[in-house]
Amino acid sequence: MVLQAIAFYVLAATTLGAGLSVTLARNPVHAVLFLISAFFSAAGLFVLMGAEFLAMILVVVYVGAVAVLFLFVVMMLDVDFVALRQGFARYLPIGGPVAAILTVEMIIVAGTVARRGAAGQSGGLANQSSGSSNIEAIGRVLYTDYVYVFQAAGMVLLVAMIGAIVLTLKHRSGVKRQNIAEQVARTPATGLRIVNIKSGESAPL
Amino acid sequence: MTIGLDHYLTVAAILFTIGVFGIFVNRKNIIVILMSIELILLAVNINLVAFSVFLHDVVGQIYALFVLTVAAAEAAVGLAILVTFFRWRGDIAVDDASVMRG
Repeated sequence: MVLQAIAFYVLAATTLGAGLSVTLARNPVHAVLFLISAFFSAAGLFVLMGAEFLAMILVVVYVGAVAVLFLFVVMMLDVDFVALRQGFARYLPIGGPVAAILTVEMIIVAGTVARRGAAGQSGGLANQSSGSSNIEAIGRVLYTDYVYVFQAAGMVLLVAMIGAIVLTLKHRSGVKRQNIAEQVARTPATGLRIVNIKSGESAPL
Repeated sequence: MTIGLDHYLTVAAILFTIGVFGIFVNRKNIIVILMSIELILLAVNINLVAFSVFLHDVVGQIYALFVLTVAAAEAAVGLAILVTFFRWRGDIAVDDASVMRG
């Protein structure tokens, strides 16, 4: 129990510290690296709760895909990031109190829910040792009751993929490209020309 | 010393407000705004998983999975729009991007 508490506090502190560093970092590359750190420690929290499958998905999807995508874009765009931080000091006096009030309110609500709500009364963490594993339990529900939603999620990903490709595809003019249809459609009539070359002259081009 | 539901909910609440705070103070830098939105969605996921585990109901984790899907799609499309915007304008200052038309 003590070990679990230590792990929780370390992971929670890392998550929150990295999250705060994302918003405060001067260098956006550092911000992306802090984001990766935050996702890793959040995955650790998931493991601590017993949701191993979601923890692995979080690492694969966020660290493996989303954060690397952010890193690519940050490094690809040649932006003056110092100029983008100019409003920082101006918005800090408003953003700080708003964030503090929101935090206090949400912690009060969380404490009430945990003490009085159904989730707090149910007696601690779900028991994983009761036969099926976490991934098996998710699969049983996901592929039966939620199969249409699962398909819709796949559709969302497809639309996002096509949308991202269409948005960033650029047709450059003045570049010679191979046109396979044109090559295949060539016949002897269009591809062959018979010329009579007189003696001592070159062939007309 | 038992770690209960309120501990996880508190972490999620603080992470959520960090995300809101990031949107507030980085109003010009849309890359940090997108990362703050990812932090907010991560906080939502922590809430969903915590309730799922403490209510002994796996459906919350299914919802977290869908939130994850939508977050990934949102990041991809958002960054694609950002790249297109950068090609068009030459910078990514979003506070004067009120004249976007095709």
